Amino acid sequence: MEFKDYYKIMGVSRDASQEDIKRAYRKLARKYHPDVSKERNAEERFKELGEAYEVLKDPEKRAAYDQIAAGRQHGERFTPPPDWAFDFDFGGGGFTGSDASGFSDFFDSLFGRATRGGRREPRSGWTGPLSGQDQYANIYISLDEAFSGGTQTVTLASPEIDAKGRVVNKTRTLNVKIPKGVKEGQRIRLSGQGGSGRLGGTAGDLYLEIRFKPHPFFRAEGADISLELPVTPWEAALGLSVPTPTLGGKVELKLPPNSQSGQRLRLKGRGLPCTPPGDQIVTLRIVIPEATTTEAKSLYRKMAEVMPMNPRAHMGA
Amino acid sequence: MTNRTATSSSGMVLDETIKLSLVDVCEACRVDAESIFEMVNEGIVDPEGSEPMNWQFNTAALRRLQTALHLQRDLGVNLPGAALALDLLEELEALRRRAL
Repeated sequence: MEFKDYYKIMGVSRDASQEDIKRAYRKLARKYHPDVSKERNAEERFKELGEAYEVLKDPEKRAAYDQIAAGRQHGERFTPPPDWAFDFDFGGGGFTGSDASGFSDFFDSLFGRATRGGRREPRSGWTGPLSGQDQYANIYISLDEAFSGGTQTVTLASPEIDAKGRVVNKTRTLNVKIPKGVKEGQRIRLSGQGGSGRLGGTAGDLYLEIRFKPHPFFRAEGADISLELPVTPWEAALGLSVPTPTLGGKVELKLPPNSQSGQRLRLKGRGLPCTPPGDQIVTLRIVIPEATTTEAKSLYRKMAEVMPMNPRAHMGA
Repeated sequence: MTNRTATSSSGMVLDETIKLSLVDVCEACRVDAESIFEMVNEGIVDPEGSEPMNWQFNTAALRRLQTALHLQRDLGVNLPGAALALDLLEELEALRRRAL
């Protein structure tokens, strides 16, 4: 396993005061909180931070960690010293904000199950069932998958309690059905697929939030799909039919005569297939042919003669 | 680390058609009704129905409740602070979408 430099994770020096550590934690926790942060690895960073704070906020654990940390670099290979024994009577150290069940093997090897825990762990003498934690994760799908539905493979860190009562980190792979017509930000709840319960307690739930991967030309706005469609001046002026991509395949879109750049047209029911189905919103972008030949140039001059216009008239220019 | 592969799972899409009762949201948030009352009184969510027994929450409300609880638990903010953060987060989200 790898050595974790908790000071580096929290961005403080090794001689930082307890107050400095608390301040750094609060600041970073706000930055990387999964409900607040848009960074893709926020969840991971937040967990790592909680783990670092769990150790550094506690002078006893911090002192023990400092012994180990002396001369070691973040990421280097690490095996706990054979005589390592951190015996610690967990007095309910209080609030860290992290989900302690997701701590690393490195943390486990140093502090083991003595400090495991947090909110839902038994106080001494507790024998009743304990429910598992709910888990939250984002799932990134393509717009095509949102349109047609499909199956996504999700890999989750999944701490479990073994027969000896120790926490072991496992990964768990789930094949999740994505129903067609899901929208960005919508959540899928998988009952009983969160953290496992203990002593006969039920497992937590897993919430997967749908995120769309960027598409080269489509963009989703709720159930609607927007598309910027390049058209030629004659298609726009004469109101021709133009082949237009939609998530369901190509359709012919009849332009109104004298369409302008920026004009929006609605293809009803061609958005995401939810109830009610979304529309596709097409914004026209007129692309002019370049005047590279003498003939093309004279055509443009002819247009200026036959159809003179001043698009800046309203600006007084 | 060891691996375990589960079979296919299909979950429940929490879309606009789903309505949850007070009991449902207590279960989903793993809190007692008192905590939900406090959040309703703070204006974090506004369930349909006049009496708590008839309250109906939509899935957007469930999400707001869960986020408010996470913010309180993880960042040590109080209820009004969580409510403010939620409103600002939603505004930010709307602005981000528009800026795309």
